[in-house]
Amino acid sequence: MFYRSVFPRDLLSELDRMQREMQQAYEFSPSIRGLARGGFPAMNVGNTPHSVEIYAFAPGIDPATIDVQLEKGVLTIAGERASVLPPREANATVHIEERFAGRFRRVVTLPDDADPNAVSAKYRDGVLHISVQRRQAAQPRRISIE
Amino acid sequence: MSDNTKVTRKPEAPASDMALLPPVDVIEDAGGITLYADLPGVPKDKLNLQVEGDTLTIEGEISLTAPEGMESSHAEVSLPRYRRMFTLSKELDANKVSAEFNQGALKLRIPKAEHAQPRRIEIAVQ
Repeated sequence: MFYRSVFPRDLLSELDRMQREMQQAYEFSPSIRGLARGGFPAMNVGNTPHSVEIYAFAPGIDPATIDVQLEKGVLTIAGERASVLPPREANATVHIEERFAGRFRRVVTLPDDADPNAVSAKYRDGVLHISVQRRQAAQPRRISIE
Repeated sequence: MSDNTKVTRKPEAPASDMALLPPVDVIEDAGGITLYADLPGVPKDKLNLQVEGDTLTIEGEISLTAPEGMESSHAEVSLPRYRRMFTLSKELDANKVSAEFNQGALKLRIPKAEHAQPRRIEIAVQ
């Protein structure tokens, strides 16, 4: 996983976490678009009765170069992040290299009631927040019993 | 409106101790060390950089806006906090650390102390 969680001074909970991740890896029914977790940008998805909220954690990118497309209920986020590593001929040593660099593309399947005409996208503090409204008819209604 | 506990899952253990480990790049050149860290979702005022003794601590609180009543259905960034520590070596000048923080990407420059700057040593051939 991209952002690992750490539990300082608690080895047992760290082992517990590893076990949970292993279970998830095996029991997860794989999507046709590959494993849902991992990759860049990391993503969180949330739902409200009126909208689907997608958060893509893509720090240090010019928002003008991020390509967001919605086609047939599939949302695609694509772009490129430049490497900060020095050229090979430079007189510098790379001690740790963990950050993502290069082209990226991630895809999210939206629920059927997502409205492709009511999408908003904001980029703040390195997080791309996309909000897709749900169509009115699909919202839950209470049916009164006569 | 702006409540990050809804976006990220609630931690099960003591909240103050659990944090995500941000990915970093560390590059050393003749003049010092440059450190890049990814801390997406952290606003400038929630970033905390600290040098205590020879320990550098990078810490940041994630703050995301979420509409009311949102329920998280998938979370890869699952805690509302990042933390990472590094031990600095003696030749680095901790008093001269400079930092830039732009759209969740941190760049730290830690120069080497004057006396530790590289010098070319002449070899006398006899």
